[in-house]
Amino acid sequence: MNKIVAKEQLSENVFRMEVEAPLIAAERKAGQFVIVMIDEDKGERIPLTIADASKERGTITLIFQTVGASTLKMSHLEVGDSIAAILGPLGQPTHIMGRDGGKPGKVVCVGGGIGVAPMHPIAQALKAAGNDVTIIMGARNKGLFVMEKEMREIAGDKLILITDDGSSGRKGLVTEPLKELCEAGAVDEVIAIGPPIMMKFCALTTKPYGVKTTVSLNTIMIDGTGMCGGCRITVGDETKFVCVDGPEFDGHKVDWDQMLKRMAIFKPQEAAAKEHACNLYK
Amino acid sequence: MTPKERMAIPCQEMPEQDAVVRARNMKEVALGFTAEQAKIEASRCMQCPTKPCMTGCPVAINIPGFLAKAAEGDFDGALKIIKETSLLPAVCGRVCPQEKQCQKFCTMGKLMKNVDKAVAIGRVERYCADHGDAGEVVCAPKTGKRVAIVGSGPAGITCAADCAKAGHDVTLFEAFHKAGGVLVYGIPEFRLPKSIVQKEIDGLKKLGVKVETNYCVGRTRKVSDFLEKDGFDAVFVGTGAGLPKFMGLPGENLVGVFSANEYLTRANLMKAYLEGEAETPFWHGKKVAVLGGGNVAMDASRMALRLGAEKVYLIYRRSLEEMPARKEEVHHAKAEGVEFLMLQNAKEIHGDESGKVCGMTCLKYELGEPDASGRRSPVAIPGSEFELDVDTVVVAVGNASNPLIPATTEGLEVNKRGNIVVDEHNMTSIPGVFAGGDIVLGAATVILAMGEGRRAAAGITEYLKTK
Repeated sequence: MNKIVAKEQLSENVFRMEVEAPLIAAERKAGQFVIVMIDEDKGERIPLTIADASKERGTITLIFQTVGASTLKMSHLEVGDSIAAILGPLGQPTHIMGRDGGKPGKVVCVGGGIGVAPMHPIAQALKAAGNDVTIIMGARNKGLFVMEKEMREIAGDKLILITDDGSSGRKGLVTEPLKELCEAGAVDEVIAIGPPIMMKFCALTTKPYGVKTTVSLNTIMIDGTGMCGGCRITVGDETKFVCVDGPEFDGHKVDWDQMLKRMAIFKPQEAAAKEHACNLYK
Repeated sequence: MTPKERMAIPCQEMPEQDAVVRARNMKEVALGFTAEQAKIEASRCMQCPTKPCMTGCPVAINIPGFLAKAAEGDFDGALKIIKETSLLPAVCGRVCPQEKQCQKFCTMGKLMKNVDKAVAIGRVERYCADHGDAGEVVCAPKTGKRVAIVGSGPAGITCAADCAKAGHDVTLFEAFHKAGGVLVYGIPEFRLPKSIVQKEIDGLKKLGVKVETNYCVGRTRKVSDFLEKDGFDAVFVGTGAGLPKFMGLPGENLVGVFSANEYLTRANLMKAYLEGEAETPFWHGKKVAVLGGGNVAMDASRMALRLGAEKVYLIYRRSLEEMPARKEEVHHAKAEGVEFLMLQNAKEIHGDESGKVCGMTCLKYELGEPDASGRRSPVAIPGSEFELDVDTVVVAVGNASNPLIPATTEGLEVNKRGNIVVDEHNMTSIPGVFAGGDIVLGAATVILAMGEGRRAAAGITEYLKTK
């Protein structure tokens, strides 16, 4: 049982929760995730990225969007309630240029929607390792931006906001400033985290420039420890398990179309489960 | 009784649910002997002085001893004898491949010239375990030593129990939200009711074992943290063979292709069979192909039937003779309506425009020369391709060892297959770190894992005396 110590609604469907998990808080590194269960008897196991952690308080911060039944139920938990199970930290930590090998350089972080949340600890680590960090934050509209302040603290005036409707920052798609930055040259690495379709197009954008592009995937999982293979994707010519080999991969090698299809496998059941859960709160 | 008289005692048939009915429910298929049947079956044992059956048992249970007690109707006494060497008789009585172990060497079967007519040792064992009482377990005085057990499958459960009995302070760690390992995520309810596994876990707790679920050793804490920071004196790694193998077929990552682990975990542990109650979704294929010939393949194909499949094909590239599955499971699967396609194998899985499985090309095989395993190796017949209309494919061709612990434990020696290397006491290359079960053996059986857990526990106790 993991007690919720803080909760905040960031936008219509996005919540931030700080949860007691001292062992995970002590071990986690940027890029890792946890598996969460709201009900240990009949609930499902869902992967969520760790947005932040405090060793002192023994807590981790999760930022999630209510996309299915479990996240909807989770959003109805309040401070003092507990999350039934949290397993982690799982997956390989992010390779931070300048810290884990190589010299610091120019890195562009692209965060789409709540993908900004898992990007935050990565951008922080990149900055701490001496990299020149530019952050592109994209959302459908102004109301959907999360952690703008925190990201500005890292990137300063190198924070580029972009919305589909122009309600904040530039109007357009994250791939537009990304392309301009690549064209201007000297980008050493791009890290993109967000909806799969955004990551796919970021990878397609950087490919002609030969800029290394790392993406963080959030496929369907059960155990999260390599046991089921439900999260498998094709990277280059190989099958990889997102839970243990990832969650980060070379965006230029991921078979995006296959991954998108695999992620849609349970769409009808998920929609029905969400509707059922919605009715519980009416 | 003379041998002749014993031979005249009829073999007892185990009552089971009707095949048509059970193929659509999750309840246990084999219902178990009645007390009378267990007595009669046990009395078929010749009490051979040479006890050949014991040589076939991986943990050398005193089989004639417990059968003699059972024949007298003393099931408590019988269970006490079994428990001298086996910790999980209710499980092993149900899942051991007896026809390849104890029953293979049974003199009665030899006299009757039919292994199926050997004394049904496993079924009597099951009766004793389900209905007998072996009495309270007495633990040795506390040693003050702390042991961490990693993984709560058969090896871990056994090692934990033996360590607790030896007086150590034991904590059992499990990555899933429920303890039991393959006994709860893999083997289905209809073959091994989960209440039986829970009874074993509750038994551990009674012995004072602490059970920590949702704890991934290697990630949440490392093995070295246990020894260096958390005050454990020894660690046992029993993390099993939990890395599903795929075949490398074209189309294997299509929507509708599952590892047997995923397919069964959804259905068993995550309770996807409780449609409308469980939140974990299930893929309800209508025409399911299961690739493989082991117990897991049988479990997956029978699960498919229970979850609404109209056609289930079990595709195996050798013949029925070479099939590694337990005989009873093969028999049950056939009776329930699984179609066995022998000497055939998948060549390519086809998908439609939405990426879903819509068919499979298979190849026919013939048996050639024996290979390293002693089994005749299957050879594809050129030009024998044919199409099979399926919408779901379950790959059940085995598991490799889970690499998480070796990858996160510096100095832990593994062989080229990724199995942890141990000495005769099951100690690894790191002093104080022991291992056993499938992580050492490669994918094997429950009883072998149990035997390993037991040997490791003895090794741990010896090791802790020197500390």
